[in-house]
Amino acid sequence: MIVMRALVIVTVILLLALLVSGCATTNSSTLAEVPAMHSIAEFKDQRFADVSDPWEGFNRNMYRFNYYFDKYIFIPVVTGYEFVTPTFVQKRISGVYSNLGEVTNFTNSLFQLKGTESVTTLGRFVTNSTIGLAGMFDPATSFGLERHDQDFGKTLGYWGAGSGHYLVLPVFGPSSLRDAGGLAVDSAIKYGIYTAIDPFGSSGNSLAIDAGITVLGGVDARHQQSFRYFESGNPFEYYLVRFIHHEKRSIEINPQVTK
Amino acid sequence: MKQLILSLIVLFIMLPLTTVAADDGYGYPIPGSYEATIIGTPVTLMPELPAYITTRQLVLDVNPGRKRPPIFFYDEGLRCTFAYQEKKAPLVFLIAGAGSGDRSVKLMTMMKAFYVAGFHVITVPSPSHANFIISASRSSVPGDLAEDAADLYRAMESAWKQVAGDIEVSSFNLCGYSLGGTQAAFVARLDEERKVFNFRKVLMINPAVSLFSSATRIEDLMKQIPGGAKKQGIFFNKMLSKFSQYYRYGNFVAINDEFLYSIYTEKLFSLEETAGLIGLTYRINLAGMIFASDVMTNSGYVVPKNRNLKTTDSIFDYFLVSSHLSFIDYFNEYLFPYFQKQRPGLTKQQYIHSLSLKSIEGYLTSTTKFAVMTNENDFILTGEDLDYLRQIFGERARIYPRGGHLGNLEYKENLASMVSFFEETK
Repeated sequence: MIVMRALVIVTVILLLALLVSGCATTNSSTLAEVPAMHSIAEFKDQRFADVSDPWEGFNRNMYRFNYYFDKYIFIPVVTGYEFVTPTFVQKRISGVYSNLGEVTNFTNSLFQLKGTESVTTLGRFVTNSTIGLAGMFDPATSFGLERHDQDFGKTLGYWGAGSGHYLVLPVFGPSSLRDAGGLAVDSAIKYGIYTAIDPFGSSGNSLAIDAGITVLGGVDARHQQSFRYFESGNPFEYYLVRFIHHEKRSIEINPQVTK
Repeated sequence: MKQLILSLIVLFIMLPLTTVAADDGYGYPIPGSYEATIIGTPVTLMPELPAYITTRQLVLDVNPGRKRPPIFFYDEGLRCTFAYQEKKAPLVFLIAGAGSGDRSVKLMTMMKAFYVAGFHVITVPSPSHANFIISASRSSVPGDLAEDAADLYRAMESAWKQVAGDIEVSSFNLCGYSLGGTQAAFVARLDEERKVFNFRKVLMINPAVSLFSSATRIEDLMKQIPGGAKKQGIFFNKMLSKFSQYYRYGNFVAINDEFLYSIYTEKLFSLEETAGLIGLTYRINLAGMIFASDVMTNSGYVVPKNRNLKTTDSIFDYFLVSSHLSFIDYFNEYLFPYFQKQRPGLTKQQYIHSLSLKSIEGYLTSTTKFAVMTNENDFILTGEDLDYLRQIFGERARIYPRGGHLGNLEYKENLASMVSFFEETK
């Protein structure tokens, strides 16, 4: 009964929303358009800062979704976290998650058959997990073991896969078709390793603990990222972010074939 | 634009430091004007400031009832950042430079420096920043110094109203850099009539003496690229591939400091290319201003008149079109005609004159509350402009031997003298 009523209410709200947005679009622009003084046709120049983005409509909706998600959920939670957690503790938590990230770095340097890099990453992981107290500290860097960030998107790129179309993921933000697939693979591998080890399996509360670990990881990741959607105020922010993201990725992925 | 533009710059340009500069007692090390402008101040030469200070974001409804087109759905009011002391203290308003918002990197550094020295601080976006055009400007046509100053004044009043109940203020002060510096002079003049703040002191940092002349000088930077500004797309793509080739064939781990440092030790970009890149960055900034203004006024300048842009409509072509327009185009085709319509008989020469400090010279020489800080090699100024500043402000004009345009703004000695200028014991 209650469920039924809830469904009716939701349907009514949705219909209203559709109606309102429908009105908004039909109401607009009763005046005829007049061509602008300047248009793209007059410039005989190359396009620049352009990125393949056939799903722009979807992407910009996602960009907007992320803005609201940040505004009403993510950033308030992160701010709360920053408020109650001493900076020292925040840094240690970031260290632990960053150390767990070495697993992904390691698997992918293996996938790319990068011997030295794999050994270095493994060395970092072992050093920081032990002497570094589960990653809370980073003695490995001071021993000269440099961090190499890797992910499956980079692995695909290394073996010659192009980036594919630009894609803005919900919550995760700017990505590409290739990198989104890579993210799924990395997550699956991490999940597989995690369930195989099952560190909290005997606690009886493993589900809640797992969820807590995941959420804290997300909060920590957002805490470390200073980017805020639409903060620049520049009307072309979407394009500038798209370009910088795409360019940084494609520059950092050295396809194996060119070497 | 902030981090975005900054990353663009950092992504593209790094120049050879011609090592330590002349022994003239000034410790800012970068001799070249363009290099200084791009590289700014090396971290080791900045003062030690806290990484994080408590601030409050103000979102001000400066123009009640203003309608915002759907494409600007994210703009909910003028954004200012406010840092405050728990005790009675002087307040400084900081006006951002051309195209910058209330949280631009330079403003944040200045804010921290003033905050640590015991000031309340409110940062205000530049009237040429989209947020200001959409939410605070009455005409939404930026560039007129007197009107922009009036809008800034209203914005400051509105910000002050919002925080007045929470803090105790011993005096009001005003400071701006670049275009914001020039605007500060006009705001201060308006304050003499309105007397809401009675600014105690006003500091202009790297201001333009004449808006038109400075904009022309910045546009001239792009003349150094092959084919001129109209071929900026080709130039941009060439620089980008140079940059990525360099990364690809070097053995770099990531785009990090080490990589960027090597770009400038290896002199990847020539002087002309660097100038072109500064000009291009400026254009990309200007594009946001032109587009925002055009949409707000429905003028049909780059967007067809009467077009209703929805939140997800592609506006990339407008970006390409707007970034191909210079300030001079904007001035001749948009700004001047707009004001000529309002003030019949206004000539271009008169209007250009009104956009300069010279138009309020009488006021500037009648008071001692002003000081100016700029650099001998700031490329937005001519030698004549520098002489003018010396002549008008005398002792109160501090002209550093180098620093380009704003390159030394974050240098510890510069920040220290900004702060000391406003200290009330002086």
